[in-house]
Amino acid sequence: MNEFIPSKFNVLITGVGGQGVVLAGDIIGEIALATGFDVKKSDTIGMAQRGGSVVAHIRIGHDIGSPTISRGEADYLVAFEKLEAVRWADYLKQGAIILYNDQAIPPLSVSRGETTYPSDERIMITLSQYSTDIFSLPAGLLASEIGNVKILNTVMLGALSMFLPFSPEGWKKVLADRIPQKLLSKNLDAFDTGRKQIMKIMTELADEQEKLAFTEALEHHYDDGCGCG
Amino acid sequence: MKKILSGNEALALGAYHAGVKVAAAYPGTPSTEILENIACYPAVHAEWSTNEKVAMEVAMGACYVGVRAMASMKHVGLNVASDAFLASAGTGVRGGLVVISADDPGMHSSQNEQDNRLFARLAEVPLVEPADSQECYQYVQIAFQISEQFDTPVLLRTTTRISHSKSVVSANDSEPEIGLHQPVFAAEPEKLVMLPQYARKRHPIAKERIARLIKYGDIFLYNIEISGDAALGIICSGIAFHYAREVFPDAGFLKLAITYPLPENLIREFASKYKKLIVVEELEPFIEERIRAMGICVNGKEHIPVTGELNTDILRESALKAGWLVDYRKVISSTSSNQSLPARPPLFCPGCPHTGVFFTLCTLAARKSEIPGKPGLVITGDIGCYTLGAYPPFSAMDTCGCMGAGIGQAQGMGWAGIKQKIVAVIGDSTFMHSGITSLANAVYNNSNGTVIVLDNGTTAMTGHQPHPASGVLANGRKGQKIELEAVVKGIGVKNSFVVDAFDLKGLRTILRNALDSPELSVVIVRGDCAAVSKRTGKSLRVNEACDGCGLCLRLGCQALQKNAVSIGIDATQCISCALCQQLCPKKAIVPVGE
Repeated sequence: MNEFIPSKFNVLITGVGGQGVVLAGDIIGEIALATGFDVKKSDTIGMAQRGGSVVAHIRIGHDIGSPTISRGEADYLVAFEKLEAVRWADYLKQGAIILYNDQAIPPLSVSRGETTYPSDERIMITLSQYSTDIFSLPAGLLASEIGNVKILNTVMLGALSMFLPFSPEGWKKVLADRIPQKLLSKNLDAFDTGRKQIMKIMTELADEQEKLAFTEALEHHYDDGCGCG
Repeated sequence: MKKILSGNEALALGAYHAGVKVAAAYPGTPSTEILENIACYPAVHAEWSTNEKVAMEVAMGACYVGVRAMASMKHVGLNVASDAFLASAGTGVRGGLVVISADDPGMHSSQNEQDNRLFARLAEVPLVEPADSQECYQYVQIAFQISEQFDTPVLLRTTTRISHSKSVVSANDSEPEIGLHQPVFAAEPEKLVMLPQYARKRHPIAKERIARLIKYGDIFLYNIEISGDAALGIICSGIAFHYAREVFPDAGFLKLAITYPLPENLIREFASKYKKLIVVEELEPFIEERIRAMGICVNGKEHIPVTGELNTDILRESALKAGWLVDYRKVISSTSSNQSLPARPPLFCPGCPHTGVFFTLCTLAARKSEIPGKPGLVITGDIGCYTLGAYPPFSAMDTCGCMGAGIGQAQGMGWAGIKQKIVAVIGDSTFMHSGITSLANAVYNNSNGTVIVLDNGTTAMTGHQPHPASGVLANGRKGQKIELEAVVKGIGVKNSFVVDAFDLKGLRTILRNALDSPELSVVIVRGDCAAVSKRTGKSLRVNEACDGCGLCLRLGCQALQKNAVSIGIDATQCISCALCQQLCPKKAIVPVGE
C-alpha cells in the first residue's frame, strides 16, 4: 500500500467536540516519534471543545517549524464527520488523501431550520477540487457494530494507517500505551476494521479498473476489426 | 529521555526539574495544565488558589523563605494578580520566583487578547519567551536561575499555541532534590516591608537590575543568531520565530529568549549586517518599538497585523504586500473559503445543569421586552461555561466582562436607576474567585436585585478543576469544603434559596419569587456538571405521540436532533437529565425501552 515513503507530511484531523479528535492526533504523534520522526501537533482548544468544530494539526518530518499546517499544505485529511471534512478542505494540498466518516452530525442551527446541511453532492464537489483519492467510510456504524460508537476515531486511525509509513505493530503498541486496558481489545478491533475497510475499497476499485480495462480492450479488439465481426 | 509534551506539560516538568517547592494557580485557558501536571509530584506543594492574586502571594511567601516557587495563570489572571506581582518586583526574591503568563492571541477562550509582555516593562522584571515545548522545559529552569541571580521575579510568557501545541522534548532523567534543607524565615524589613521609607530604596535597585540584565542579554546563550542572506534580517521571539522561519527560509534571524530588557549591543550588531531589518511578533509591536527607540531603522507592524493570532498564511500575505517576499510559488488567501457552511458553535453538553436555568431565564415573562433590544429583565453575566447562555437559543446574558464582574455591574445598573429587573449570574468557582467581595458590597450598600450562583461543583470550562466550594485539592486529596449557603448567609444575605438545576418547575417558581422580592436575594442552582457526574439513567427516546412542535429544541440540547421528518434523541449523547421530558406537552419523551 505504501507506494511512497514521504519524509515530511501534514495530517489534519477534523470532527466535532467529543469525537476523540485530540486523542487520535496524539496517537499519530506518538507513532511518528517512535518511528524516528520529529513531530509537532496543535489542536483546537478552549470553548470549541463543547460540541464545536474541532481540528488537530499534526506535522511529521525533520526539523518542523510551525505547529500548524498552512492552507494548501495538508497531505492527509481525516474527517470524523462529513461537514467537518468540507469546512477544512482549503487546507488540502492538491492530490491529498481524504478519508471521511460518512456520518452527519447536524449543528443546532440545522436542527432549528436556520441553516441547511450540505448535500452529499456538494461535499463531493468541494472535496474533488483537491483530490480524486477520496475515501468515505461508515466509521460510526462500524464502531457501533464492534460495540462502542466512541471508538470511531480508532476505526479512522486504522484506515489512515494504510497510507502512512508506520508499521501496524508500531501503531498497536502506541494504542496499548495510550488506551485503558479495558477498552483496548475493542480499539484494536476497530483499528483492524479501519484497515480492512480501506483494503475492501481498494480491491473494489481495482476490480472496477480491471473490468474497465477489460471492456476497453474488448472494444479495441473489435475496433481493430480483427475479430469475427 | 525523549517524549512528546505540550508546552504546559513541559513547563511543569521543567519547573519540577528546577526543584520548585511551591506552585500555585487558578485555572484559566491556556494555562491550566501547568499546575495540573505539577500536582502529580508529591514533593511539590501544588495548589489551586481561590484566585490568581492569592496564588501570586502564596508563591511570594514561599520564595521569601528561600525555596523556589511559581505562580501560573492566564493573561487576564495577571490583571487580578498584578498588585502582588508588582509588589514582588519591589521586594525581589530569595528563592527563585517564576510567574507564568499564558496569553491568548486570537482569543480562543478569553475575553481579550492583551499582550502581557507589557507587564514586564511595567513591573521592571525580566521577560522570558519560549517558542516550543523544548524551550518551555529549558527556559523555566533558566528563569529560576535568573530570578535568583538578579534578585527578581521573572515573567515567563507563553501563548495558547505554545502552551497547547505538542512537540518533542529531551528531558533529564535525574530526579530533582526538593526539600533537603529546612527553610527558615530571616527578617529583613528593608527588603520585605515596603513602607515608603524602604520602598524608595528598592526602586533604584530595580533600575540598576534592569541595566545589568541588558548586558546579560548580550551574552545570553539562548539569544540565538542564525545567519542568512544579507538582504533581510529578522528579529523575533516565541512562536512567531517558527512562522517566520517557514515564510522566510533564506533570511538571517536573531531569536530572542529574553525580550525584556532587550540586549542592545547584540541587536545593534545584528542590525548592522542586514540591508533590511524587520521584527516578526504577535500582537503589540513590543520588541519593534524598543528597537526603534534605539535609533535603529526597523519595520514590522506596518504590515503585520497587530490583532489576532499570527500564522504562516497571515505572515506570508503580509510579507508579499510589504514586498519582503517576491515570487512566491502560489498565493493562498489566509481567509477561509468555506464560510457559508453552517457554523458549529460550542454548546452546553447534553445533561448540563446550566440548560434549565438559562431556558427558564429566557422564557420568563419578565425577560420579554416591550421595546426591542431592551429586555424587561437584565442578566449580567460572568465567565465560565455558562457564558454560552449568551448564544442562541437562550440569548440570556447581557454582559460578560471579567471574573466576578456581573454582581458589581448589576448593582451599578440598579443605582443608575433603571426600571428593568436585574439578575446577576455567576458560577460557583467564579463566585469563590471574585464574587464574594462584590456580594458583600451589595449587602453593605443596601443593594437589591438577584444573584444566581450556578453550583455545578467544579471549574468546568477549564477542564473540571476542583475549587474551595467543591472541597477537593489539586492533588485529588480532600480539602475543607466551603459551603456556599453558609458564605451567602455569613455575608448577610437574608433572602437565599437553593434549587435543583434539573427541576424546571422549581426553577421557575423560585426565580419568580426571588425576582419579585424587594430585597437582595441569592439563588443557588445546584446540579453536577454533566461531564463529571456519574449519572447513568437510561437514555430517552421520542415516541409516536410527538407532533413535532419543537418546544424541546429550545433547550439547545445536542442530543435532540431534528431532521426533515421528525425529532429524535441521540442515545449516545443523552444522559437522561429529563429536562426535555418535563417540557414536552405531548408526553412523547420516554425512557428507552418504555
